[in-house]
Amino acid sequence: MKKIIIALITLAFTSTSSIAGPKIEVLHWWTSGGEAAALKVLKDDFAANGGEWLDMPVTGGGGDAANVALKARIVAGDPPSASQIKGPTIQEYDQEGVVAPYNIDSIAQAEGWDNLLDPMIAAVHKCQNNSGPYCAAPVNIHRIDWIWANKVVFDENGLSMPTTWDELNAAADKLQAAGIIPFAHGGQAWQDATVFEAVAMGIGGNNYYKNCYVKLEESCLRSETTVKVFDQMRKLQGYTDPGSPGRDWNVATGMVIEGKAGFQIMGDWAKGEFTAAGKSPGWDYMCSPTPSNNGYLYNVDSFIFYKTSDPDKQAGQKLLAKLMMGKNFQKVFNLYKGSIPARLDVPMDEFDDCAKASNADIKTAGAKGGLVPSFAHGMAQGNTMKAALQDIITEHFNSDMSSVDAANALADSVLANM
Amino acid sequence: MFKWLEKNLPKIVMAPAVGLIGWFVYGFVLWTLYISFTNSKILPKYELWGVGQYVKLWASRKWLISVDNLLVFTALFLIFCIVIGIILAIFLDQKIRAEGVLRTIYLYPMALSFIVTGTAWKWILNPTLGLQKMFIDWGFENFTFDWLVNREMAIYTIVIAGVWQSAGFVMALFLAGLRSVEDEIVKAAKIDGAGLFTVYWKILLPMMRPVFFTSFVILVHISIKSYDLIVALTQGGPGISTTMPALFMTQAAFHKSQVGLSAASAMMMFMAVAAVIIPYLYSELRRENAR
Repeated sequence: MKKIIIALITLAFTSTSSIAGPKIEVLHWWTSGGEAAALKVLKDDFAANGGEWLDMPVTGGGGDAANVALKARIVAGDPPSASQIKGPTIQEYDQEGVVAPYNIDSIAQAEGWDNLLDPMIAAVHKCQNNSGPYCAAPVNIHRIDWIWANKVVFDENGLSMPTTWDELNAAADKLQAAGIIPFAHGGQAWQDATVFEAVAMGIGGNNYYKNCYVKLEESCLRSETTVKVFDQMRKLQGYTDPGSPGRDWNVATGMVIEGKAGFQIMGDWAKGEFTAAGKSPGWDYMCSPTPSNNGYLYNVDSFIFYKTSDPDKQAGQKLLAKLMMGKNFQKVFNLYKGSIPARLDVPMDEFDDCAKASNADIKTAGAKGGLVPSFAHGMAQGNTMKAALQDIITEHFNSDMSSVDAANALADSVLANM
Repeated sequence: MFKWLEKNLPKIVMAPAVGLIGWFVYGFVLWTLYISFTNSKILPKYELWGVGQYVKLWASRKWLISVDNLLVFTALFLIFCIVIGIILAIFLDQKIRAEGVLRTIYLYPMALSFIVTGTAWKWILNPTLGLQKMFIDWGFENFTFDWLVNREMAIYTIVIAGVWQSAGFVMALFLAGLRSVEDEIVKAAKIDGAGLFTVYWKILLPMMRPVFFTSFVILVHISIKSYDLIVALTQGGPGISTTMPALFMTQAAFHKSQVGLSAASAMMMFMAVAAVIIPYLYSELRRENAR
């Protein structure tokens, strides 16, 4: 009798862990529509390769809630196997010592990620100050500097897509005179900063952008060019409607779709709203980059892989990293998401014209030095500095602060957070 | 054995609760205090660093704006909640018909969470969706009510929503207070020739001193902790004009990789609440001891 009990107990304890094989726990906030559908592709791939996927979706606030959950897990000493972390924040977590010993680097080397990615984007995913082993995998490249315009509204008013900021202002004046809201904008800090960085790259040029918002040079931030950038922001603010403050970005996109407003400046996730409304590019709406000299503001979503001592989870991390960078997932996911694959060798035939343009432009921009990281979306700076810039930009946009004061406040805010 | 159990049972029953509260409330207050003296960035660190976070906090524009906002909000929120609460309570105290229904209506907002209140008021106050649009559609072409999107006035919209939510609660407190007064006192006053106004102003309201205190303490701590209302209504905007300390704290901890700074701001809020609650507890306890 006693033996049977012991046998039963042993069985009970072993049976749960008897399915050895790749295992992964993924913390993410891709729970809505297209993102969830795209993630399902990855989950199915993972299961087909004999892996066990423990899903940990945390919705709410565009990742805010997930961030809280993630920090709680790390502080408790039990990080998930992988989570959505991007840009310089990857380095911040690495410096806390929760990422080493970089389980996925062997896969990255075996698959030759160095040849599959743009060197600048590859560096983002390498730990130890962007030059060590790979510790994160990119899933897409979003372009930030897009203008989305309602084609019917533009045609009726005899307008074409602007190629300079002066043309854009002239078009907006014309729309305003015709009683249409020219610029659909949601007055939230990150949206103000999204527009700002497109204006900064366009008016200041690529080198100005790099000196100011990547290298954070004080003389650049206080310069006459920054004042001009703020002047253009003030102009754009005049083209918004009174209901703009606090509006969500997709509501602003909806105004363009319905023809209540002329255009919006927003990253390529806005395309998803047009697609969902049954609109097609070139017929109902137009997309073109904001005016700049071959500039391209990129924002890459990535997954970071944390330290774990469980061999099953290490195997799971390797499998997931391999699948994430696989051609199939990179294509399917980005068709859903509106972005373009991070891998450079994915065929673009199934993508729409806006995505094809994005894919062509990133190569030109890379060659001409115009490929720059977005600071509004946490690619150029860590969270602290991003907020320091964003606070001033949104304060200027929502007040009557002068451009000179704003430029100085921007430099002061950066210095205070160095 | 049973004697011992009988004697110590209350202590045994209470022990887990005391232990849990001790750890999860007071333990974490001390933990936060400790973290506020470290240079923690994206995650908590444990090497002491000094008072640098407090220096940084009081040099931050955003923090100063949020403290200003807190003072404005708390003062107005308190005054309006108490005044409106008292007026409603006095009206309901007149033995009117359908009192139960009215009382429920006034108290009902309290049943909603601040998130719901904030979202509803966000739509009502939005100039292109709510009140302003309604009046313009009715033909008042020049009607403007754009406080929500006006940097100078946005903080007052938070007061409006907050008062709407909490005034009914204050009413309930005062109504209970008024009802607990002996009828004889009012009758005696009336025989002495006091009018209704005098009865309330000179006799009943002064007797409500403890209710004033209770409302004050409850409202002040609601206002210092107010976070959800602001997130739903303005998200601290337009710009950063309606930032409040609790919003500053969560943003620093979870958006900006400034866990140490966030802990410092949490301690400042803790001290502000303590400054209100401790004198109150002290006076309450002294009164109980005197009995």
